[in-house]
Amino acid sequence: MKLNELVEKLNLDVRSAKSRLDFEVTGGYASDLLSDVLANSQEGNVWITLQIHQNIIGVASMKDLAGIILVNNREPEQETLEKAELEQIPIMITGLPTFELVGKLYNLGIAGTK
Amino acid sequence: MTPDNKISRIQELVYEIRIGEVMKRNVITISPQTHMSELRSILREKRISGAPVMDGNELVGVISIEDFIKWLADREPDCPISEKMSKDVQTLYDDEPLTQAVNKFERLGFGRFAVIDRQSRRLLGIITKGDIVEGLLNKLEIDHYKEEEEIYRRRVEHFFEDILADKVVLLFQYDVAGHDFKRAGEGASRLKASLNRLGLDPQVVRRVAIATYEAEMNLVIYTNGGKIRARVEPHEIFVKVADFGPGIPDIEKVLQPGYSTAPEWVRNLGFGAGMGLNNIIKCATKMDLKSAVGRGTQLHIRIDTKDGATSETK
Repeated sequence: MKLNELVEKLNLDVRSAKSRLDFEVTGGYASDLLSDVLANSQEGNVWITLQIHQNIIGVASMKDLAGIILVNNREPEQETLEKAELEQIPIMITGLPTFELVGKLYNLGIAGTK
Repeated sequence: MTPDNKISRIQELVYEIRIGEVMKRNVITISPQTHMSELRSILREKRISGAPVMDGNELVGVISIEDFIKWLADREPDCPISEKMSKDVQTLYDDEPLTQAVNKFERLGFGRFAVIDRQSRRLLGIITKGDIVEGLLNKLEIDHYKEEEEIYRRRVEHFFEDILADKVVLLFQYDVAGHDFKRAGEGASRLKASLNRLGLDPQVVRRVAIATYEAEMNLVIYTNGGKIRARVEPHEIFVKVADFGPGIPDIEKVLQPGYSTAPEWVRNLGFGAGMGLNNIIKCATKMDLKSAVGRGTQLHIRIDTKDGATSETK
């Protein structure tokens, strides 16, 4: 499934890199620990987190992730958005908490990495 | 790029880009019972020039600032917007190419179109000429960026082959400031871009980038700063990370997964879970850590190009 289909089906608010949504999502990874994401996420994954500081962009870019979904309507810091635009990493916001969002993603066919 | 082929690229893009990619999704809708006198403040507050009119789930019309001006100019009494809206609702599907929208704008002279889903006929968004221009500019900017990147890549890709020598070694150095979380990760990110330009295997590049990122984070969190040096050869990449203190008292301990001396605020940012060095070990062909308290720490990471084919997460 492509990122823009997820955006539409889950009504996500896209806040950066709006033209980078035409990419196939390979799976998902949910974690708020950056080293954990570096270790265990895979290329093309969507990353679900509540971290909003700019280092999440570095992590997503290192791992070539498809995008980042922020839960609970968490508002990214301004620097995070600027860096996301620069590195072309889509940041999407949902009002759902992690558990509900992951459940919905799973139902849409986005599987985990194992 | 000459002006001529830029125009043809735009022509190409209006067929390539789909309406769903450029439309605005969070549509502000108005109920048909809203009065014309209320319209001005709605349009002004939401900073829009028009909106679809929805009767429950049904799209019954479109009201725009033009309708409002006409109503004002005609000095007619206040009435529900359902009497003044345009009831000839013209819609577009989100999976249609932009050219469809461009044609319809030209033919009908409307300012905006509602975008609906082909199957469910549910309202998905709204598209204006401004959205089309914005979408095209975005794509052109990315094209331009990609083109620049491509030129860089072509320039350095055959670097190793073009240099006539028995041995070629490239050395990259990145200076890392301690405690500067705003710039943390920049070194690893620049190293990654450079290695990609050299045309190295993406898997190898990712391993080097992750290992370097973790090492850089350690410099930022625990030290007063240091240097990252990456020595690149066709068969291996050797990353040396050095700082000037404070040094690690017990190396055995810091290598244990989960062990961390990070302060609370660093942990709250999602760092300092005691996974960094283990991540480096996972990415590296060989890793070596030496430290002297008071003098500093040296971390050596070697990644063989032939190991790159396997995923770093395995």
